[in-house]
Amino acid sequence: MITESIRKVGSGTIDMIEGTGRFFVFLFSGIFNIFTFPFQLWKIIEHTWFMGARSMGVILLTGTFTGMVLGLQGYYTLTKFGSEGMLGSAVALTLIRELGPVLTAIMITARAGSAIAAEIGVMRISEQIDALETMDINPVRFVFSPRLVAALISFPLLTALFDAIGIFGGFITGSWLLGINAGIYIYRVADSVVMADITGGFVKSFAFAITVTTICCYRGFFTHLQTSGGFGAKGVSSSTTRAVVNSCVLILILDYIITYLLL
Amino acid sequence: MTSPLIELKNIHKKFGTNHVMQGVDLSINEGEITTIIGKSGTGKSVLLKHIIGLMHQDSGKITFSGKDTGTMTHKERRAFKQRFSYMFQENALFDSMTIYDNIALPLSEKAVFPRDIIRAKVKTRMEQLDIGETASKYPAQLSGGMKKRVALARALVTEPDIVLFDEPTTGLDPLRKNGVHKMIHSYQKMFGFTAVVVSHEIPDIFTISQKVAMLDKGRIIFQGTPEEIMNCEVENIYSFIHGKGDVEFE
Repeated sequence: MITESIRKVGSGTIDMIEGTGRFFVFLFSGIFNIFTFPFQLWKIIEHTWFMGARSMGVILLTGTFTGMVLGLQGYYTLTKFGSEGMLGSAVALTLIRELGPVLTAIMITARAGSAIAAEIGVMRISEQIDALETMDINPVRFVFSPRLVAALISFPLLTALFDAIGIFGGFITGSWLLGINAGIYIYRVADSVVMADITGGFVKSFAFAITVTTICCYRGFFTHLQTSGGFGAKGVSSSTTRAVVNSCVLILILDYIITYLLL
Repeated sequence: MTSPLIELKNIHKKFGTNHVMQGVDLSINEGEITTIIGKSGTGKSVLLKHIIGLMHQDSGKITFSGKDTGTMTHKERRAFKQRFSYMFQENALFDSMTIYDNIALPLSEKAVFPRDIIRAKVKTRMEQLDIGETASKYPAQLSGGMKKRVALARALVTEPDIVLFDEPTTGLDPLRKNGVHKMIHSYQKMFGFTAVVVSHEIPDIFTISQKVAMLDKGRIIFQGTPEEIMNCEVENIYSFIHGKGDVEFE
């Protein structure tokens, strides 16, 4: 009984150490292979289109409503202190520093990250990744490196879009619906946001891009090793779920760590 | 006498408690078609994957032209891999790519050849295998037989020295099975590659093989010519070849 428990703890620890090592080898191999010849320009464009351009709709929608709800909540809170004129600052800083990068990353995870994990997982179970190895094509370079570059391009751009449309959403609620002077709203936005806020937001979005893409590609790539979730189609479904859950949790943890370091 | 190109010596492989290979010894001669037969689940595909390096043995040695693959440098290993092609049981075609892109992939990913040379090479293979019309289609739009031909075209486009076929006729009707066998035979003659075929098509596969090896309970229990195995009177070989005896389901 005791021996069995010790064995389980030991085996779990070994698995965890192995998994961590495998994850970082995968990440560094993916980064290294971005710079190997021939450059995968066409694939990067293709993935940027999928991950970035095709996520614009959902970013516009969520950004608008996030800004609108921030405007609404902010207005009624600030009214209590007679400072509703500060609404522009509240909305802009909340979006640029926090909600913009975090919600953009979560939306991309939900839309593109899950698709990436599922696609690579299917490639694994249908032996397409083995086929790459037999053709002497580096599978990490083939499936991960171009997606990583695409994410590093897409995440900051979509974050900027989310911030801009969110600030406009706050303007719709604050100025059009609740009657705050438009000039004051815009003035407060321009006055309160400094370069460090924008840089901090972009630092977060780069960190989230690397985290989300690595987790989603890694989960799909090693679908065959995650047998606890099942094999075949069930294995792919389990990898996809884990990819999304792990990404979302790590986004929030990283957000706290980066905020702590930047403040 | 033909020299052994690939030799497997005392290969052992375990998956958990399942001891799949228990001392496999096999030699594959250059320029020949070697067929590996055996009951389902005896590790024939695992054996092929060890030859190409997709799996690694727990113990034992695999040599290629006398050189131990386990002691090869990174450069030697790449050169070794470039001489191989592998045709998967389920084809392993990239379903989001067109047929042309699937066949061109081993060449286009390495940028060794200019684009027009790649196009010419792919076109030649597609014409030889009578799949010229399918270039812009996707694997899901093709029949089983056509997919096999696409997989074969992809395997041959790099002009490999050794081609490994993992049950190339699975899921095909008898006519198409014969077609695939003829195809392997005629292309082996045409290109002169060394072929290792895992197959259940007994005795049809023997007509194109120069050598047959039988895997049973983790060991190679027979290596010889098709004639020799057909005349072999060892009980379990005889009953397997002639489809006699009871099957034990474990």
